[in-house]
Amino acid sequence: MSKTNLWRKPDTMSIVFIVLAALILLFIFAPPLKTVFSSSPGMLWSTLLQEDVYSSILLTISAALIATLIGLFLGVPLAYLLARHQFRGKGFLEAIIDVPIVIPHSAAGVALLFVFGSNFLLGKIFHSIGIDFFGAFAGVVIAMMFVSVPFLIDSAKEGFKGVDVRLEKVARTLGASSWKSFFRISLPLARRSIFSGSVMMWARGISEFGAILILAYHVPFLGHNPVVAPILVADRFNYGLEYARPVAALVILISLIVFIVLRTMAYRGEKA
Amino acid sequence: MISIKNLKVDLGSFLLRDINLDIEPGEYFITLGPTGAGKTVLLEAIAGLYPVLDGEIWIDGREITRLNSEKRGIGIVYQDQALFPHLSIEENIAFGLRMKKYPKREIKAKIDDMAEVVGISHLLKRSPVTLSGGEKQRVALARALVTEPKVLLLDEPLSALDPETRERMQGELKETHRRVKVTIIHVTHDFEEAIALGHRVAVLNEGRIAQVGTPEEILRHPSSEFVARFALSRNIFTGWAGDGFVDIGGVKLRAITELKDEVRLSLRPEDILISKEPLQSTARNSFQGVVSDIADRGSVVYVTVSLPPDFICLVTRQSFEELQLKKGGRVWITFKASAIHVF
Repeated sequence: MSKTNLWRKPDTMSIVFIVLAALILLFIFAPPLKTVFSSSPGMLWSTLLQEDVYSSILLTISAALIATLIGLFLGVPLAYLLARHQFRGKGFLEAIIDVPIVIPHSAAGVALLFVFGSNFLLGKIFHSIGIDFFGAFAGVVIAMMFVSVPFLIDSAKEGFKGVDVRLEKVARTLGASSWKSFFRISLPLARRSIFSGSVMMWARGISEFGAILILAYHVPFLGHNPVVAPILVADRFNYGLEYARPVAALVILISLIVFIVLRTMAYRGEKA
Repeated sequence: MISIKNLKVDLGSFLLRDINLDIEPGEYFITLGPTGAGKTVLLEAIAGLYPVLDGEIWIDGREITRLNSEKRGIGIVYQDQALFPHLSIEENIAFGLRMKKYPKREIKAKIDDMAEVVGISHLLKRSPVTLSGGEKQRVALARALVTEPKVLLLDEPLSALDPETRERMQGELKETHRRVKVTIIHVTHDFEEAIALGHRVAVLNEGRIAQVGTPEEILRHPSSEFVARFALSRNIFTGWAGDGFVDIGGVKLRAITELKDEVRLSLRPEDILISKEPLQSTARNSFQGVVSDIADRGSVVYVTVSLPPDFICLVTRQSFEELQLKKGGRVWITFKASAIHVF
C-alpha cells in the first residue's frame, strides 16, 4: 500500500495516533531540551573549561570511539558469519550476543572484573603485555564495548543479509578471492548498516554508567584523573541539582550534536 | 571439453546425484527442468560455488572439482543479472579484469571491445539501477565474457524479462555465442527457450538427469513420461502394444514399435490434423470424435477431441477459424504412425 499524506483529511484513528505520538515525542524531547536551554551559553562555556569536565568529556568520547573501533574489528566478521552461514547453535549464539543489553550493567561490571581483573586469567594475560583494566582507560573501553557491541553486530548482520549472496558468487567467478569479494563487494554494500550500527554503539557507549562505575571509576587520562561523563553528572548531583545541571546540559548537547551529525551522515548514505 | 562424472551434491534436504555429462567445446548446452529440479545447484557446483560431495568435474583435461571458484575460468550470469549496484557499468565489466590484474590500458581496450560486441557502449558511465532488464542482461553478459572464460554459465538469464525483450535477447544470445564461440551451459525451465537455443538439452528432474539429447530427440523421443510432459507432449497414454498396434482403452493406434505388452506412448499436439471430413492421406491413424474443449492461446488454439480418450490437438488460429470448430462438433483427427513415440 502506498504511503499517504498524514495531514490530508486524517481520519479519527490517525488523529488519536497523532495525539499519542505527540505525547511520546514530548516525553523524549522535553527533558534534554529543558536541561540544555535552562543553562546559558556562557555558563556552558565556563563549565566546559573546568578541568574535570573537559577531561571527562574527552575520556568518554575517546573511550567510546576506541570501543567502537574494536567492536568493528571483532564484531563485523561475526556479523558476516551469522548473516551468511547456517550452523548448529546459531540461534543460541544470536541470543547470547544480545545478553549485554538485558543484564543490569552494574552486574556486567562485576562480570567483566571476574574475567579481566588482575587476579583472573585474561586479566593476567593482558597485564603481562602492559594492559590493566581495573581503574584504567582500558577498563572504560571494555565496559563500554561490552554493553554496546550488540547494537553494532545486529545492525551489521542485517546489513550483510541485505547483500545478495549472488553478488559475492559472481565476484568469485570473476577471479576475486573470498577476501577480495568481502572487501570489494559485501563490505561496501553493507557499509551503511555497519556505520549506523557503529553510531548506535558509540552513542550507547558514551552513556554507560553502571559497568564503568564498578570497573574503572577514576582513570588516569591526559595527566588528569577524570570519571566518565555520566558518572561526573551523578557525582555533581550529590551536591545538588543546580550543580549538576550545566554538566548534564553540556554532556547532552555534545552527545546530541555528534549523534545527529553521524546519523545524518548515515541517513544520507542510505538515500544515496 | 567439460566432463562431469558421477557428480553428487548434498544440500541436506536435496541431493543432486548421478550427474554424467560431456559437453563439447563451443557447444550451447541447455539444462532444462522444473523449479526445484537442481538446475542452479548443478551450475553452481560447476562454478565451484557449491561443495561437491562426490564425483569429478573436468575442463579441457584438467580436474577442477576441488579448485577454488576464482581459479576455474568460469563465468556466470544470473536471472536477475546480479550487477554490483555500487559500481558503474564500466566498473562492473572491469571488475574481473582488475581481479586478474590486467594493465589499465588493456582493461580499457577490452571493455570497449566487449561493450561493442553486446551493444552497450553508450551505457558504460551509467549506474546499474538506471538500466532496463535487457540492458542489465547485456551488461552481465559483457562482464562475464570480458574475462574470456572457458565456460559461460547462464542461470535462467531470460526469465525475468518481458516477452518481447526475452525474444530479442534469445536472438542476441545466439548471435553473441556465434561471435564469441564460448561453451555455454544455459539453465532454463522454458522448453521453447531450450529448443530455440540449445545444441543439446539435458532434462533434469528431482536432482537426476532424466534424458540428454538434441532438441529433436527430446521433442520426438522422450525417454519417460516426465520428459514427454515437460516437452509439452500433451497426449500421453498407457496402452497394450502388439502386431504394430497400441490399444488405448479400445482405440487401436497404428504405431512403429518393437515393444510389446504394457507401454506408454506420447503424441505431440502439432502432429495431429483436424478436419471436418476424413482426410485422404498416407497417415495410418484416422478417427472421428467430438470437440470437448477449446483453449485459445492467441496465435494458436488447443482443441481437445474426445474419442474417447481425449486427444489434444494444436491448430493455428487461421485453421481454427476456417474449420469453424465449436464445442460438441464432430471432427476427424489424423496422424502418422511415426508420430507416435512408444516407450
